Amino acid sequence: MATEALALTGIDAYYGDSHVLYDVSFSLGEAKLLGLLGRNGAGKSTSMAVAMGILPPRQGTVSVFGADITGKPPEAVAAQGVALVPQGRRIFKSLSVAENLLVAARPPRKSQSNRWDFDRVYAAFPRLKERQGQAAGLLSGGEQQMLAIGRALMGNPRVLLMDEPSEGLAPQIVAEVMATVKRLKGEGLSIILVEQNAQLVFDVADDIVVLNSGRVVVSGPAATLSHTDLHQHLGVY
Amino acid sequence: MTFWSLLTVNSITFGGLLFLLSAGFSLIFGLMRIPNLTHGSLFMLGAYVGATMVGGLIGISTDFWIAALVATIVVAAFGAVIERFLLRQLLGNERAQVLMTLGISLMVADFCLMVWGGDPLNMSTPAHLGGFVRAGPLAFPLYRLAIIVIAMIFAAALWYLLDRTRLGAMIRAGVDDAEMARVVGIRVSRLFTIVFALGAGLAAFAGVIGGPILSVYPGLDQDMLPLALVVVILGGTGSLLGSFVGSLIIGFIYNFGQALLPELAYFVLFLPMLLVLILRPQGLFGRQMP
Repeated sequence: MATEALALTGIDAYYGDSHVLYDVSFSLGEAKLLGLLGRNGAGKSTSMAVAMGILPPRQGTVSVFGADITGKPPEAVAAQGVALVPQGRRIFKSLSVAENLLVAARPPRKSQSNRWDFDRVYAAFPRLKERQGQAAGLLSGGEQQMLAIGRALMGNPRVLLMDEPSEGLAPQIVAEVMATVKRLKGEGLSIILVEQNAQLVFDVADDIVVLNSGRVVVSGPAATLSHTDLHQHLGVY
Repeated sequence: MTFWSLLTVNSITFGGLLFLLSAGFSLIFGLMRIPNLTHGSLFMLGAYVGATMVGGLIGISTDFWIAALVATIVVAAFGAVIERFLLRQLLGNERAQVLMTLGISLMVADFCLMVWGGDPLNMSTPAHLGGFVRAGPLAFPLYRLAIIVIAMIFAAALWYLLDRTRLGAMIRAGVDDAEMARVVGIRVSRLFTIVFALGAGLAAFAGVIGGPILSVYPGLDQDMLPLALVVVILGGTGSLLGSFVGSLIIGFIYNFGQALLPELAYFVLFLPMLLVLILRPQGLFGRQMP
């Protein structure tokens, strides 16, 4: 069996008293891209919150490259090499573009071949370099998304969690974001891509997991899944 | 003429003290989302420690500035202990944390009363800063001008720390979105301790250098805390510029109010706070709280 970059096993999670994830299990292979699909409220973002340590699960385990990180706080999960590009981007609005990258910088691991620093992030997103001194809150939506991705990369992650990076962006910008995702995957980063738009994911994903009402309803290699399977759980896409 | 210019200098001096007191209060509020009700107590504790050392402890009188340094370090350490071992236990429960700070402030007040008694301690100004500076027909107390200079230096240093260093950027990131700051790997809990200790140290330092002007007495804590609160509400929480401008405004209102409308001094003081709360609740320089 190939190394699992990230694995959720038997996760039950609650927001207060409300039960939002039921026995959710899936795993992301090393250097693979897992597409996590589902309708609004299916539990996609909650799964990412559990993986990142923001929401501790009541049952089940989370592991990163075999190390159990269940119940660890987000800063410890980040130290294990997991980075999140959150839904809504959540860049630090009052910080400058450069400061957003600076606060997230983390030295690369010894074994790491693709090392991220200011120069590489700016080379990947030239718009950020042009605007490095500006307050991040003044960036356009597309630029904020670039910054959120760049910020995550500054942590030199082994696992990248991307929560609806296409949300609210113009088609041209979405294409740019997806090109970046492909490039990162090509460089060997293990990625979970959360999307409502299944079409976007099918182009790049090795594996697909579909959530519905907090349960895994479909799980398997992207190539073997029939569109009718998905249609049933996602509706029109 | 003399009256007005002296009142102006006094206002700016008091504004400088308020800035040292409220900068930390504002940062703690911005980052931890709690009004630290021990802040007045930390000011008073610093003042007592400083006054005691300057006045002579077991017969040995300490240099004013060494006393100020020692008081600052002692109270900063006390602040770090409060944060690490008491507030940390109530993480995420902000209401309980506020009540905890209130409880600690009452205990500090009792402790000070027990150790130093009910009589005010008078603190003399440092010897080299006695006397007056003459400008034409006017004469200004040198010590008050020195406080203004010190406050400006601290304002510049704090600005540099917050605006130009990685630690400062991390603190601002925590004020912006604490959860996201943790997600990118910032140990926000460590920032809490640093900021709390920094705020406590600044308050204590303000207490010492304010000692010769205000004297040190039981109840000094409860006189200073509302002023810090007004400054921060006026200027906006988590904003250094807000604390700076708010402190100057309150420095003027407090001194002019007491001189011109002594019966209405508190009314004049809290009126701008009410207006700001009604018209611009995030304060003059604050951002909308999420």
